[in-house]
Amino acid sequence: MSVTEASHIGRPTNRVDGPLKVTGQARYAAEYPAPDLLYGYLVGSTIAAGRITAIHLDLARSVPGVVEIFTHENRGKAAWLDRSWRDEVAPPGHPFRPLHSERILFDGQPIALVVAETYEAARDAASLIHAEYETAEHCTELERKRSEAYVPPEKRSGIPPPPDPRGDAEQAFEEAPVKISRDYRVNAEHHNPMEMFGTTCVFEGEGRLTIYDKTQGSQNAQGYVTSVFGLKSKNVRVVNHYVGGAFGSGLRPQHQLFFAVMAAIELERSVRVSLTRAQMFHIGYRPDNFQTVSLAADREGRLQSIMHDVVAATSRYEDHQEVVVNWSGMMYHCDNVKLSYRLAKLDTATPCDMRAPGAAIGVTALECALDELSYEVGIDPLEIRRLNFASKDENTDKQFTSKALHACYSEGAAAFGWNERKPEPRSMRERQELIGWGVSTGMWDAFLQKAEARAKLSADGRLEVSTAASDIGTGTWTILTQIGADAFGIPLEDVTARIGDSTLPTSPVEGGSWTAASNGSAVQAACEAVKQTLFKHARKMANSPLAAAELEDVDVSKGRIFRRDDPGRSLTIVEVMHAADLQAIEETGKVGPSLLQMTKYVSYTHSAVFAEVRVDEDLGVVRVTRVVCAVAAGRILNPKTARSQILGGVVMGIGMALHEEGITDHRLGKIMNHNLAEYHIPAHADIEDIDVIFVDEHDDKVSPLGVKGIGEIGIVGTAAAVANAIFHATGKRVRDFPITIDKLIAA
Amino acid sequence: MLNVEQLRGPVDQSSKAGIPVSFVINGSRQELVIPPWITLLDLLREHLQLTGTKKGCDHGQCGACTVLIDGMRINSCLVLAVSRDGAEVTTIEGVAAGRDMHPLQSAFVEHDAFQCGYCTPGQICSAIGLLAEGRAHTRAEIREHMSGNLCRCGAYTNIADAIEHVMRQGAAAREAAE
Ligand code: FES
Ligand code: FES
Repeated sequence: MSVTEASHIGRPTNRVDGPLKVTGQARYAAEYPAPDLLYGYLVGSTIAAGRITAIHLDLARSVPGVVEIFTHENRGKAAWLDRSWRDEVAPPGHPFRPLHSERILFDGQPIALVVAETYEAARDAASLIHAEYETAEHCTELERKRSEAYVPPEKRSGIPPPPDPRGDAEQAFEEAPVKISRDYRVNAEHHNPMEMFGTTCVFEGEGRLTIYDKTQGSQNAQGYVTSVFGLKSKNVRVVNHYVGGAFGSGLRPQHQLFFAVMAAIELERSVRVSLTRAQMFHIGYRPDNFQTVSLAADREGRLQSIMHDVVAATSRYEDHQEVVVNWSGMMYHCDNVKLSYRLAKLDTATPCDMRAPGAAIGVTALECALDELSYEVGIDPLEIRRLNFASKDENTDKQFTSKALHACYSEGAAAFGWNERKPEPRSMRERQELIGWGVSTGMWDAFLQKAEARAKLSADGRLEVSTAASDIGTGTWTILTQIGADAFGIPLEDVTARIGDSTLPTSPVEGGSWTAASNGSAVQAACEAVKQTLFKHARKMANSPLAAAELEDVDVSKGRIFRRDDPGRSLTIVEVMHAADLQAIEETGKVGPSLLQMTKYVSYTHSAVFAEVRVDEDLGVVRVTRVVCAVAAGRILNPKTARSQILGGVVMGIGMALHEEGITDHRLGKIMNHNLAEYHIPAHADIEDIDVIFVDEHDDKVSPLGVKGIGEIGIVGTAAAVANAIFHATGKRVRDFPITIDKLIAA
Repeated sequence: MLNVEQLRGPVDQSSKAGIPVSFVINGSRQELVIPPWITLLDLLREHLQLTGTKKGCDHGQCGACTVLIDGMRINSCLVLAVSRDGAEVTTIEGVAAGRDMHPLQSAFVEHDAFQCGYCTPGQICSAIGLLAEGRAHTRAEIREHMSGNLCRCGAYTNIADAIEHVMRQGAAAREAAE
């Protein structure tokens, strides 16, 4: 049974949660009221490594309103074994256990929680806590640990290690006529979603907790809480209806969840714990990295050798891994490839996936290097990319289910006006400003994850679809509503989507750009199951006009089930349910990757990013005046919300290119710029024109819906396109991101 | 080693200690007794259940907490509530005229000027303040004067579209009236 009237999917539809968000009615985790609510405030360590020798609480305890102070000496009961602390997406290692002991593993590590009757009392008391430490030697500087880098012995699930080398990259490099070998670095970045991490843990009594948490996975958070505190699954419900951004920082349970739940259990009262902006710099971050890319080509620009070596930071206690270098083996055709990826341990918190983890940094280096190579060869930077197009994934020797990258190149170039580009650096200017144009390719996985959904069609024609997905700004509420509406040919108003609740059908965490494909397809499958049941009942009715029909012959729309070849032969949903004595039909749907297909095919989203910069010749101030991002992402469910996802990725990519960098004082092992005034993210004034193009791409294999996902692709390649544009404008190549004024002037 | 006790002593933070103040919040008068250290932002969010106003930094660095005080946009995290005794405060919950959304609210929905929605109330209140100031006439000026409102989701171009749309409507309406 197929959808004959796809009236909502593919249409630029306003967000169904829009009115709630613009009127202030959408509630985020720290905004739920609870009777007798207590407030928790965390105290962080002031050293990066060592142990607490004494912690003085008397003064803090004397603050009126303080109810309890938890430290490692009196913390509530929690699991002992490491594995009880491992969440769904934890990397190999020993997960951080708050207040587990006196040991300090990183700067800002929570060492105490003050719980008080008011937020102000908790905050004030927290400032009166004084800890004494015995410091140990620490190192937060990746450069100093580079020589100790190692190949992670245990692989992180879902993260393929670099492929074995193919051909002989070293020899091919030696023999090639044109070559470059360069070092790149993308400094540590912090997610900084606008909503600060918060948890309101409502103590319901009788052992039940309702937990409003800022998370990208209500079920991941629920599993963590039940496992850490040994609670019955049915007694713990985690809700995350609205999430004020996360970008990966909400994939793993964050400190405030543990503390709010621990305090609620111990005190038998509802507790709210929020992190401060400064404290959010001590949770996971995009790891600092050193990269070396060596590329060689023949005189026409055909790649002969690709080598990409990366050392990335991780913590002392976990081996956080990302796919950083594999892209270099599959973005372009090349017979000789050697890729390596190692980690080095620092005294910091464990890094954490941040929008397009791995690709955002690895592709940046590769795409800058390829740009450098194009100048060495003497061909247009776009041309060298077209010339080296890979028609299959050469890492695994599998076919792409689709790859409309050529369309991205040509449509993006046309929209941008790439033809007008003068090849020479410093050849374009307007008054005081040098103008540069740069290009980059982007690539990201198109995953289909296991997901389940439920659909419930009521006799009055209303539909409810539910799955434990999260909407972190991604538009999930809206696309699931669209999918449901199209399945039954009904208006959006007649569909209620339910997400953001751990009690709903099983969903993976919201990340990896897989939600639309996975949860969307699960909702569609559930709707199909409802239609089947409806049809079964319809056919059984006395004198049914559909008696002779098969499932493939019928469709459902506007409250009727009918024969497609003769729509007059129909029944109303009300009639069918009445005859079957039903109030509603409820079914579940399930999707997951096809292992058989995966033996032959891989799926990726592709993009071409074009950027224009204007650089003040004397002051070195860079403005990104235009970006065109052309994306091949299969079927686009909602061009309006999808476009916003790309815009957001591009803006964060501009941040990576020009602004973002966590700065650590390595003598102290402390992050110094832990606020939004000193950790710069793009502001209104930094963002000028961004044009998003979705090229046509039909893919009947990637997911049942033909959807690939668009959450990360916008950031991949953007920083490289900007850097390449800066080179074109100025003739200066800065390989250390962000490209700040000081580096550009010194180059 | 410095002893914190020598630096300062505890203050009575129990909520009973308070100063009487009166505000008009979203059109309704509120007589309150509040401690002097409560920010307007925390007063709104934690005591008056007006959680539409958001906290993104608590340091005047993000604009998420923007409200209108006597029609002027201001970061409510930087305002001690008692210092504004007598003020008229408008939050996102109070910008609509009855059941009809404020034109900026509708424009934000129409232009998809947000993703997660967390910066949105601040952006809208700030934009209302900006249009009232009459300082912005071009898109570049909108961008400049909205730069105190960060959006990590990167909805900036759509936010500028929404504000520009309402600004032009206002200009058109004024011209028609003249
Ligand atoms: S919360 Fe007030 S400016 Fe950020
Ligand atoms: S919409 Fe998410 S921060 Fe602006």
